[in-house]
Amino acid sequence: MVMKALSADHAVAWGVRLAKAEVIPAFPITPQTLIMELLAEFISNGELDADLIPAESEHSVMSVAVGASAGGVRTFTATASQGLALMHEMLYAVPQNRLPIVMVNVNRTLGAAGGIWAEHNDSMPERESGWMQVYVEDSQEALDMTLQAYRIAEDERVLLPVMVCLDGFILSHTVEKVEVPEQGEVDAFLPAFVPRSSLDPSEPVMMNPIVPPEYTTEMRYQLDRAMDDSRNVVHQVDEAFKAAFGRGYGGLIDEYMMDDAEFALIVLGTAASTARAAVDELRAEGRKVGLIKLRFMRPFPHDELRRACSGLKALGVFDRSVSFNRYGPVFTEVSGSLCGSGVPITDHIGGLGGRDITVRDMRKVFSLIEASVEEGKVKRVYWHGLREAKG
Amino acid sequence: MTADEISTIKEMPNNDYFVSGHGACPGCGVAIAVNNIMRILGSDTTVYVPASCLIVFSALYPTSAFRTPLLFTAFENTGAVITGIKAAQRRRGIEGTVVGIAGDGGTFDIGLQALSGAAERQEDVLYICVDNEAYMNTGIQRSGSTPFGAWTTTTPVGKVTQGKRQMKKDVMDLVIAHDPEYAATLSIAHYNDFIRKVEKAKHKSGFRFLHVLTPCVPGWRTEASKSVEIAKLAVETGMWTLFEYEEGEARSTYKPHTMRPVTEYLHMQGRFRHMDNDDLNTLQRWLCAKWYYHYGHDVEQPACAIYNGEKELHFDGDPLHGV
Repeated sequence: MVMKALSADHAVAWGVRLAKAEVIPAFPITPQTLIMELLAEFISNGELDADLIPAESEHSVMSVAVGASAGGVRTFTATASQGLALMHEMLYAVPQNRLPIVMVNVNRTLGAAGGIWAEHNDSMPERESGWMQVYVEDSQEALDMTLQAYRIAEDERVLLPVMVCLDGFILSHTVEKVEVPEQGEVDAFLPAFVPRSSLDPSEPVMMNPIVPPEYTTEMRYQLDRAMDDSRNVVHQVDEAFKAAFGRGYGGLIDEYMMDDAEFALIVLGTAASTARAAVDELRAEGRKVGLIKLRFMRPFPHDELRRACSGLKALGVFDRSVSFNRYGPVFTEVSGSLCGSGVPITDHIGGLGGRDITVRDMRKVFSLIEASVEEGKVKRVYWHGLREAKG
Repeated sequence: MTADEISTIKEMPNNDYFVSGHGACPGCGVAIAVNNIMRILGSDTTVYVPASCLIVFSALYPTSAFRTPLLFTAFENTGAVITGIKAAQRRRGIEGTVVGIAGDGGTFDIGLQALSGAAERQEDVLYICVDNEAYMNTGIQRSGSTPFGAWTTTTPVGKVTQGKRQMKKDVMDLVIAHDPEYAATLSIAHYNDFIRKVEKAKHKSGFRFLHVLTPCVPGWRTEASKSVEIAKLAVETGMWTLFEYEEGEARSTYKPHTMRPVTEYLHMQGRFRHMDNDDLNTLQRWLCAKWYYHYGHDVEQPACAIYNGEKELHFDGDPLHGV
């Protein structure tokens, strides 16, 4: 193990190097580009034996990735925002063909309103594509989840692509202390990729033909079951990772101060660190608050959330994106899972376009969650820091 | 050329890798072209087909007309997907040809960017465009490849405009601008030339591009038995030219003795039946310029004067011409 000072983008590149990805199609987009730059350096210095393919668009990046993964090699790419949107069509070619591609999406606002800062409105719409989605909180988790993602994706029970999401700039360009594992340790944790079937003339297969209605339902059902089965694999891989490297992340969700909590907040990504600091302050003041870091949006931790939230007086969800007129997507998903539980849930939209979320903001969120029980008359959704037009 | 290379139709292997039972229309130029291409490319081939007639008539789950590995995903990404397949196979030590077979829409229009990307990166792949001059799979809509004057469902024959008003895009020029390892045009009516070019493309490494004119019976409003004859007339009239590009030089591989008037080609197809004298002369003039461009000074200018008005082709009121 070596300790390094790395941004999350560079931590990801180290993860990809240690995972020995073989084909890496790439197209530059802020704030992802640091990943590809460092990978290009690794390759040009002979430190990583891989093909970096500078495709001419993100659509082609994902097309190259599909070809390479169908060709039977470990494939990596990364993108953000507009790039992910341009890939949208090709994202759907990956899960149904059971191609275990790992991609990092550096969350960035998808315009308009245009910007380059953190927002989750790029990746949230893609949760219907069949990709697994995990949101990470710091550079260490970014590196670790790049490694875990391959082991999850390539598991015979899963064979699904994984999208590792990290907040643009807040994480991507912020340098932190990161433990970089030794190659030998990673090789023991992550064996070489052996495809179950691939495009090889010595054993011809047809992949992704035109499928008539007689078969589509069954194919979709298989994908649905694979996504459901992946929940156990996520837990098992996290346990195995903890045993190998001493760091575990709790699998689908990570609970903090939830044992006796009466009020709780669900967050994704970097906002978890801020919310945790707010919980510490509020606990010191004697308030029974807790935090659930929602790590995976797909597979969605339905059972885990119902267990963790049972007995709460009230729950809040922090959303870094919005489905207009229909709350934030995390709120909608959580509400679906907790339907019938009797726990009142409020939605807290904030941090849009990369606006800072402070501990003070998070304290306010917790106060609103507490108030949602006391006042009886509750707004379903709060837009934090909103400057409304006067008059 | 080595002894085991195929150079004439007599040496053509009869081992099919694109087999019968597919759903192409009788007389389909694409099926004729692909059947023969696959015979030459052989078993060590991996095929990518984007959205097109070809994927629809050859790969309806759970059957495939290809006896080689086959992948489909989308419309615009042939150059990119074959790049990825080749990268993976190279890393795994798998030898053989990775070929993408796209239509004209998937090459001239929506797939042009990915084609350019792959050509510029000098990927070691074979890209084949089977060109039936419109979006036939979706029901005959005009593409960048549709020739001047042709009726399609999006260039209808109306009271104000009749047929496509723009000339066919020269995609070979665009490809050659990337200085590929090899590029050639093929005709399903000129078989020795066809075989030699596929064989050459197979044995070269680097970016290779083959462009095949593939007549379309329902789209061109022709008779199924006439596809090869029409392909031949395309060359004789200059609507199609046979040439190849390698080592920085383009050269003709077949030169007609004289230029036949374009009307001989147009007459066989319902899609041109409405064309008036002005449009015919416009097309003929354009063809003369193209002829000069391809065959050079030493070719006597053919009878471009050309359309004499004896066989006037008028719009008959039926946009489909009932063929």
